[in-house]
Amino acid sequence: MNLILEIASGLCLLLGSFLCLSGGIGILRFPDFYTRMHAVGVTDTLGAGMILIGLMLQNPQGIVLLKLMMILLFTLLINPAASHALAKAALRNNLHPVLDESTNEGRNKPSKP
Amino acid sequence: MALHVLPLAPPMNLLAKVRKMSINEDKLLDKLTPDKKPRLLPSHTFSLCLTLSLFWWINSNYSNPLLLSLGGASILLVLYIAHRMDVIDHESLPIHLSAKMPGYMLWLAKEIIVANISVVKHIWLGNSSISPTLATIDATQRTDLGKVIYANSITLTPGTVAVGLVDDHVIIHALSKENIDTLKAGRMDRRVTELEK
Repeated sequence: MNLILEIASGLCLLLGSFLCLSGGIGILRFPDFYTRMHAVGVTDTLGAGMILIGLMLQNPQGIVLLKLMMILLFTLLINPAASHALAKAALRNNLHPVLDESTNEGRNKPSKP
Repeated sequence: MALHVLPLAPPMNLLAKVRKMSINEDKLLDKLTPDKKPRLLPSHTFSLCLTLSLFWWINSNYSNPLLLSLGGASILLVLYIAHRMDVIDHESLPIHLSAKMPGYMLWLAKEIIVANISVVKHIWLGNSSISPTLATIDATQRTDLGKVIYANSITLTPGTVAVGLVDDHVIIHALSKENIDTLKAGRMDRRVTELEK
């Protein structure tokens, strides 16, 4: 039983680390502020969630479990508010998002004779 | 369903709309503040007391009488301050949703996992695979609380961020067009509308 828990916990931690790494790479790769925010979303939600679940499995009884669940709950409740505030502040300060050309400008371009 | 995407040809339209929104919100706030009395029920106070006690106990985990009584005193102080501030109502403590909330949260967790996989795929495939889009979709919820839950659920799923909420429309920035199409299909919208009933 202990071995299963250890393996499950290790897998969760590994997956969480991979997701956090992916989020970081996304921040470096994506073209502008808004798309980078989506990359941060990965780290925020499932990355942090997986690491916390992995830590919960390390100690499945006792008060530590409750504390970790509380951290997970508050992370998930507070993140959207912070992301929304960031995005709205950026848009209000005239930071124009890079939009996909094929959906936006392509339609208006006059077709060449 | 009356969901639609604004023609995105001039993104300036949306930007202007967002800027206008700030004025609207201020007006709305003026209208709402003076005569709004929170509907206070004893069950709200009781559930706040319960939540605070649980919060205190999980964080401290003490069991000797002195510290327990100090914790109880601090909870009572917080309750008194919350009453003075008139912040205990159905919006700050939505206990009427608590029966349906766990089911919705499970469904949202599934959605978050699916969205995470798609965003991670986009990250590793690189910039050529994404098509950032700004769009407006309708929210069919009746209450402010429902709309906020809907907008927050959109923001919580990676790949979509709710940038603004004007009356019944949510302005969304999405990482790719498919995300907008998924939201336009309206499954999340329906779920939240059912939640608040």
